[in-house]
Amino acid sequence: MLSNILSSTLKKTMLALSASLILAPAVTQAADVNSTGLAVTDDTVTVGILHSITGTMAISETGSVQAEKLAIKQINDMGGVLGRKIEYIQEDGASDWPTFAEKAKKLLVNDKVAAVFGCWTSASRKAVLPVFEQYNGMLYYPTFYEGLEQSPNVIYTGQEATQQILEGIDWAAETKGAKKFYLLGSDYIWPRTSNKIARKHIDKLGLKVVGEEYYPLGHTQFNSVINKIKLKKPDVVFISVVGGSNVAFYKQLKAAGIDMTKEKPLFLTISVTEDEILGIGGENIEGIYASMKYFQSLPNENNKEFVKAFKDMWGKDIVIGDVTQAAYLGPWLWKAAVEAAGSFDVDKVREASPGIELTTAPEGYVRIHKNHHLWSKTRIGVAQTDGQYKVVYESPELIEPDPFPEGYQ
Amino acid sequence: MSYGMRSFLPKSDAMKILLLAVLIMVVFPLSMDIFRLNLVGKYLSYAFVALGLVLCWGYGGILSLGQGVFFGLGGYCMAMFLKLEASTPEATAIQSTPGIPDFMDWNQLTALPWFWEPFHSLSFTVAAIIIVPVIFAFIISVAMFKRRVGGVYFAIITQAIAAILTILIIGQQGYTGGVNGITDLRTLKGWDIRTDEAKYILYFFCCIMLIGCLFVAQYVRKSKLGRLLVAMRDKEDRVRFSGYDVSNFKIFVFCLAAAFSAIGGAMFTLQVGFMSPTFVGIVPSIEMVIFCAVGGRLSIFGAIYGTLVVNWAKTTFSESFPELWLFGLGALFIGVVLAFPQGLAGLYTTWIEPRLSQWFKSLRSARPPMPSTTADSRS
Repeated sequence: MLSNILSSTLKKTMLALSASLILAPAVTQAADVNSTGLAVTDDTVTVGILHSITGTMAISETGSVQAEKLAIKQINDMGGVLGRKIEYIQEDGASDWPTFAEKAKKLLVNDKVAAVFGCWTSASRKAVLPVFEQYNGMLYYPTFYEGLEQSPNVIYTGQEATQQILEGIDWAAETKGAKKFYLLGSDYIWPRTSNKIARKHIDKLGLKVVGEEYYPLGHTQFNSVINKIKLKKPDVVFISVVGGSNVAFYKQLKAAGIDMTKEKPLFLTISVTEDEILGIGGENIEGIYASMKYFQSLPNENNKEFVKAFKDMWGKDIVIGDVTQAAYLGPWLWKAAVEAAGSFDVDKVREASPGIELTTAPEGYVRIHKNHHLWSKTRIGVAQTDGQYKVVYESPELIEPDPFPEGYQ
Repeated sequence: MSYGMRSFLPKSDAMKILLLAVLIMVVFPLSMDIFRLNLVGKYLSYAFVALGLVLCWGYGGILSLGQGVFFGLGGYCMAMFLKLEASTPEATAIQSTPGIPDFMDWNQLTALPWFWEPFHSLSFTVAAIIIVPVIFAFIISVAMFKRRVGGVYFAIITQAIAAILTILIIGQQGYTGGVNGITDLRTLKGWDIRTDEAKYILYFFCCIMLIGCLFVAQYVRKSKLGRLLVAMRDKEDRVRFSGYDVSNFKIFVFCLAAAFSAIGGAMFTLQVGFMSPTFVGIVPSIEMVIFCAVGGRLSIFGAIYGTLVVNWAKTTFSESFPELWLFGLGALFIGVVLAFPQGLAGLYTTWIEPRLSQWFKSLRSARPPMPSTTADSRS
């Protein structure tokens, strides 16, 4: 009898002991993984999503929001981060830079989120940057952008300018034998910086720039520049026109009798993703080339799964552009860094970030460089009537991010 | 003397100013954390514009849809000073040309433009915050009012000016920071404006400036000038035929409203830490008219409460319903305009004030009567 009781107590103790031994490493106490008072409990961690879902940028940023929500859902289905489910607080930047700053501060100071996935335009990033640096937050920024920046509080999941441009121009020069380039962009920092880099690179290759022009954001009258293009007969028109202007530009090109599929001149864009083609219409843009890191049509297995999951969640007619994919990487890179650090603390996550790699990325494989940008491949695609790009070229190696390119400033 | 004082500041108005001062300087700081208080500070910087609009539009009948221009000019003057201070050669060593603001470097400028030079001086900057917008307002208003352009034409022209200035700022990005604006402002004469302590000080400074402007507005409103403005609004020709030069009064009140807006802009830059062309354009200018309309365009107090209410609603709605908040805000405007055409101030005068005075009367009748306390209950 006694021995029975003894053995059962012993069993219970053993059970409890072994249980605690097994459980202890799996679910660490909140205090151990969070020494800076972030919004982390024993079974949840809160992050922020900060994009414009109203105003003029909403059309571009919606894809990023959808991608981030998909990634968070998938991570939660896999058991979350350090055993904690991700909860998100979404804020609307309303296409207004000061609102971005206000909401960023709210997320960091009020909600104490562990990371923020957000921003799209450079202007919104510049507006929130001082906030992230002051309150030591972590921002995962998805858009390809002009570079010239390297904040300890930002992970740039899109390409900086050289990653998109140099490979694109080399490709045009080598495979298409281009000699004369015409640079055309919207008038703000990204196109201007991109064209500065493009011009230097074209000079280095011993080729020629025959024209460079900028139009205000939202501009819709491109007839005069189309005439100039006809007159100067460049081999390549290198385009960084953004947003709604694209619709007018390509329709007017077609109306002016230029057949883009003839490649005389060849149109090479760094700004038109599948999302923009939806607005322009595939038939109006067939035959132009784009230099990006991701196209929805990429044939690898990761991407097929990603596209299927994205369509299951957000509807079958949806398209996925370069930035949407980069936004999708954000939560995954953050998860990997948190797990490598064993902590949600921003300082530790930052320390663990360089070298973090993602073999499941839809674009194939990416790795975080110590300058907080991603190593990734550059791809050239040609636009089809169905609004998709067909990949015609892929850089053999990962391209190193170089936000402060020597000799290009 | 005592009569003059009383006619300038009747007891009921003095009470209202006191109440507002207690609300913004005691109740808010005690009940909110610094993050929310800083937001209120931002709202209050818009209240300067609304206050100017009450005088200019509510009293003078001059509807300006371009107040953002003056708000922006004031804000940009302040931002230029702060940006120069933040762009020391040491802090900008990474640039091709150290010592100039970062956006100039991105735009391949290699030297500081001449009109930036004076903004190294704080006293020049403080003067410029008022003088630049006022001179600009003076030129606009002389050109318009001396030619007897008024009403809807004036509103359209101010709107066009707002659009022109936005395009100018965005287009000249090497000199102005373009669409990004002037960002990453850090210190004022070595004093870090981003700390919590600095935020408190700036908030109280903003409150004091606002109450100062409120006194100026109250003075204008109660003076002969204020009565002339109302007369002009209601029957301009009659005032003109009485021998007054109508345009001079209009020019004055328009410049005064511009000065208020500019102070608001400078306070905004200090508290928010940057300035961008989004505050100069048509949309923010119209939004500021809405603050004033919601508060009540005939009440200088209403304008301030209106600004606070609308902005608070904007923040709350957008935090709780990020996808639907604009509809909520729209419903609020339509509701206010339909239900209380005189805004919140109208709500107060028709519903609350009579009851309050009833209540005071009943209190007073319980005690021995005090002489002449309700001599002037007009507002």
